[in-house]
Amino acid sequence: MKNNRLLQNPFYKSLMRNMFLTVILVSITPMILVIILLLSRFQTSYEEKVEAHLKELVLKHKQNIDGFLKERMNNIRYLSKVLNIEQLSDEQFLDERLAILQSEFGPVFVDMGIVNDKGKQVAYAGPFKLGEADYHEAEWFKKANTYPNFVSDVFLGLRGLPHFIVSAKKDFKGGEYILRATIDFVAFNNLVENIRIGETGFAFIVNHAGEFQTKPRAASVPNRAILDELLLEGKKIPEKVKVSRKEDSSGRDHIYVTASLKNDDWMLIYQQDTADAFSIVRKAFQIALLIFTIGSLGIVIMSYLISHRTVKRIARADQEKEMMNQQVIETGKLASIGELAAGIAHEINNPVAIMVEEAGWIQDLLEEEEFKKSENLDELNRALKQIGNQGRRCKEITHKLLSFARKTDSRTQEVDINQLIREIIGISEQRAKYSKIVFQSDLYSGLPNVRASQTEIQQIFLNIINNAIDAMEKSGGSITISTRQSTDTVMIEFADTGPGIPMANLGRIFDPFFTTKPVGKGTGLGLSICYGIVKKLGGDIQVKSVVGFGTTFQILLPAITTQNETMNINNG
Amino acid sequence: MTLCNVLLVDDETAFVETMAKRLAKRNLQVSAAYNGNEALQKLEKDQTTEVVILDVKMPGMDGIETLKEIKKRHPLVEVIMLTGHATVESAIEGMKWGAHDYLMKPCEMEILMTKVDEAAAKKRRHEDRITEARIKEISSKRGY
Repeated sequence: MKNNRLLQNPFYKSLMRNMFLTVILVSITPMILVIILLLSRFQTSYEEKVEAHLKELVLKHKQNIDGFLKERMNNIRYLSKVLNIEQLSDEQFLDERLAILQSEFGPVFVDMGIVNDKGKQVAYAGPFKLGEADYHEAEWFKKANTYPNFVSDVFLGLRGLPHFIVSAKKDFKGGEYILRATIDFVAFNNLVENIRIGETGFAFIVNHAGEFQTKPRAASVPNRAILDELLLEGKKIPEKVKVSRKEDSSGRDHIYVTASLKNDDWMLIYQQDTADAFSIVRKAFQIALLIFTIGSLGIVIMSYLISHRTVKRIARADQEKEMMNQQVIETGKLASIGELAAGIAHEINNPVAIMVEEAGWIQDLLEEEEFKKSENLDELNRALKQIGNQGRRCKEITHKLLSFARKTDSRTQEVDINQLIREIIGISEQRAKYSKIVFQSDLYSGLPNVRASQTEIQQIFLNIINNAIDAMEKSGGSITISTRQSTDTVMIEFADTGPGIPMANLGRIFDPFFTTKPVGKGTGLGLSICYGIVKKLGGDIQVKSVVGFGTTFQILLPAITTQNETMNINNG
Repeated sequence: MTLCNVLLVDDETAFVETMAKRLAKRNLQVSAAYNGNEALQKLEKDQTTEVVILDVKMPGMDGIETLKEIKKRHPLVEVIMLTGHATVESAIEGMKWGAHDYLMKPCEMEILMTKVDEAAAKKRRHEDRITEARIKEISSKRGY
């Protein structure tokens, strides 16, 4: 509680805040930098990888599809080259060919037919009853008539099913004929439909006009504008596989990979949601975000705890230092008062000595015959004697002052406790007299000495006696000082008949800065210093108090016994 | 007839004067000095001085230094240290350096007189023994 109150101090508050912020800054900044750097690197390289992969895929399929178309074309061309018109016009023969083709390449070829240059079908083999059909109006026929080999766009045609035509034109004797075969749309569509990556990746083919040549997945067909754009871009460098990203009308970002097919007539387009294509990048982002969040949280908590704890410790250290300073000041004060007292005592001693000497001289002179007859001789002698007596009294007072002040050193020596108590009673008696306080002493004559600093022991005794005098200032009373020996400890007891210490304060009287004296009268350090000294000497100090009856301080100090000394020597 | 020759050294003039008078009244031949240097000079001039009463605390050359000098130059002269309370230790130190005794100010005249007598007697005893030794030396030389 005390520490928390200390931490409310603005200095410690700002210290804590600065430490907290600094720790956070230096921890989180590198983390952010590393995460951003790694992510951007990862994103770039991963996107490059994905794009390269898609390009590869599309290129492979483009070759695949081109190859498929070319092969079908070659099948037809081969037939047109090796067969003559009579054979081709024979429907039965045509049927056989178709059957061979179907058994070789699967149900890719749906039907076959031979059309003359007027667009009239001369012979037909296949499941539809299309014999004698007239194609001269059909789009594909017009084109097929112009080129030696031709692959048409997908159209519904007479049969009402999507299909496209592969045709070869040949100049037979007796006119030009076109051998045409219908490629099964489903089989062709599979080539493209099989390109499926992720959840949204799919491919389709459009012709140069943007019409779909395969059946795209209905859900995510690119709109016209995007198609036109793609087609336009595709025309620039037709032989290359291109990757581009476009946003559709609904705001979704797509990646497009395009490759031209069938001599730039068609275009293979691969489309995928960017988010889907780069889902791993997104996942990495999410993981990074998670790590960052947890890390930041940890850093924040730790830096709060660390700064809090450190500042708390600093505050405590400061407080202790403050306390120590106070003690140093206190002892310094004692020492300087001692010096002052010594100086004054010495200065007074000299004039007193002269006065006594002068009185002695007068007394010497009175011995002379001429004064013998004086009637006031007795009176004069009495007065001189009185001067001598008072001079001696002065001497005694200064003697006490000096012997007290002289011992302001902390060298340890053998201290005669009884002697010290007598001295201190002598010093304190004067003050006590005014408060009607009587000293009683019960000193054990065989008391062993104690190894300690005389000054410090004096300080302890004086402190306790002064406290007792303060407590009984108004009421008066008695202070009984007794000494006892128990085996190897010396026990000194100071018992006063003062008002006693309330139970609530009894546990705190040795705490530094605890005082019940009015502000400015007591530092609250006296007893805590005493406690420190006694503990340092390996002793103990105890207090017993009954309110209304008095207080007893008991000090235990290790005695110097002959046995101890021998032991020390042995140990040494 | 004087009991002995005393040199009184203290920086307190009033004290020295009165003390000198009182000692003179008790049949001592007293001379006074007010600091260490003066004391040494007086000793140099008057070789009959037997006992020095020396204050420990003096400005300039203090009692202990003066004592050391005296003992160096005039080993036979006895010194009684006189001190206030603050300098008991230095008086004890003085004993180590060869002072005969020490007294605290203000002191009883009777005690001081006793100490002076003792010191004078001691000095004379020393002198006698030295004389004796000399005589022995001389006589033994002659005898040889």
